[in-house]
Amino acid sequence: MSFENLASSDIPAILFVLLFLGLMIFFALSGRKKAYQPTREIPAFDRLRQVIGLAVEAGKRLHLTLGRGGISGVEGASAVIGFTVLERFARVASVSDRPPIATSGDGTLAILSQDTLRKTFKTIGVESQYDPAFGQLSGLTPMGYAAGTLPIFYDAQLAATVFAGHFGSEVALLTDAAGQNDVLVLAGSDSLPAQAVIYATAEQPLIGEELYAAGAYLKAGPMHLASLRAQDILRWILVLAIIIGAGLKFLGFL
Amino acid sequence: MRLKIPLSVSIVIGVGVVVLLGYFIEIPVLAIVQQVLLEWALILAAAALLVGVINLLSVHFRRVSGRQKNGAYSMILVSSLLLTFALGALFGPKSDLSLWVFNHVQVPVESSLMGLLAVVLAFACVRMLWRRLNPFSLLFLATVLVMLLGAAPIMGIEIPGLHGPDGLRALIAQVPAVAGARGILIGIGLGTIATGLRVLMGADRPYGG
Repeated sequence: MSFENLASSDIPAILFVLLFLGLMIFFALSGRKKAYQPTREIPAFDRLRQVIGLAVEAGKRLHLTLGRGGISGVEGASAVIGFTVLERFARVASVSDRPPIATSGDGTLAILSQDTLRKTFKTIGVESQYDPAFGQLSGLTPMGYAAGTLPIFYDAQLAATVFAGHFGSEVALLTDAAGQNDVLVLAGSDSLPAQAVIYATAEQPLIGEELYAAGAYLKAGPMHLASLRAQDILRWILVLAIIIGAGLKFLGFL
Repeated sequence: MRLKIPLSVSIVIGVGVVVLLGYFIEIPVLAIVQQVLLEWALILAAAALLVGVINLLSVHFRRVSGRQKNGAYSMILVSSLLLTFALGALFGPKSDLSLWVFNHVQVPVESSLMGLLAVVLAFACVRMLWRRLNPFSLLFLATVLVMLLGAAPIMGIEIPGLHGPDGLRALIAQVPAVAGARGILIGIGLGTIATGLRVLMGADRPYGG
């Protein structure tokens, strides 16, 4: 491989990804010695932790909906966060009378949600209680997905529902129905229209990168904390770059 | 054959790295391998769609056979799915019968839900103030009102300072809305890169490995 094969416009992108990777590895290694806690409080995750504990005691169910974005595109990242949340749900609630359920609007997400649940049930030794129906495909078009998911908020006796994935404005039908049934709604998405709708309709909206911090706040592993620290540093670098760029442009240097 | 954990993780990491490098480095062999891998992903996604539909069918069939609450709705879903599938299989997806089902069942139902969505959003804005009364919610609602009222002349009358290219609506849409959206998108972009790198490193394994 020679550097001549690198397109000049791609070099900053490669450097950025390598810097990100380096910071993640550095923080993961240094985090072994000293435990890092996220400094910014996100009330939605505090509330979710409370409700997860209460749900098992009250015999209520936890629900996760993964959206309809699929896994092969950029929108797949938000669904991967959803799988992390689902794994945490399953660890806490799989031994209860009402194990967690996941719904999605894409075949790949449905299979992966089943796989995540099966793997977690197996890890904690309750694989016999696993049922493929815990990971459901609820519809394939935006409105079909909403219509297929709606009955869960009325029938499944939920304590909390988390929306993590790619949605459109149809998510309002779901968050509103969940809210009306006294279900804690914690919602985040990679889609801007969905975020605007979620801000108005969800009890605990997650804006922008807050969704991607779910793993760190739900204690899903040291690499989640390390990547959150790397994100924080790179965000500040980008903010400084934007401010400096705007200043240079204003002064006529760019 | 069932894959052992290290092998499945190795395959995911290997494929991920090859596809990622394919975006950055212009080597013909790498481009071909990347293209083949992406085509495989598309084929697998199509197969997953079929598996998902079978899952949907089985979940609702169990509700019907178990006489569960609201089983009638599941019965309608199962029979509609089978009927639509049969029509598509027998006459083709572009036949008059298939198109009739699409135009006279699916389109009206989805349009109705879209209409319902507008009402739900209007009520949601009011409920948001009741649930979360703070300056940000008030700002959100005020912005929504300005954008709605400024979308078109009110009863044919354009309000100076609100409508038009120099009005308040255009100013909000072009400056603070774009700035806010870019800020949110930068956050999402960083989160997406972090998630992708965790998958590439095998720290996140949404594939059961």
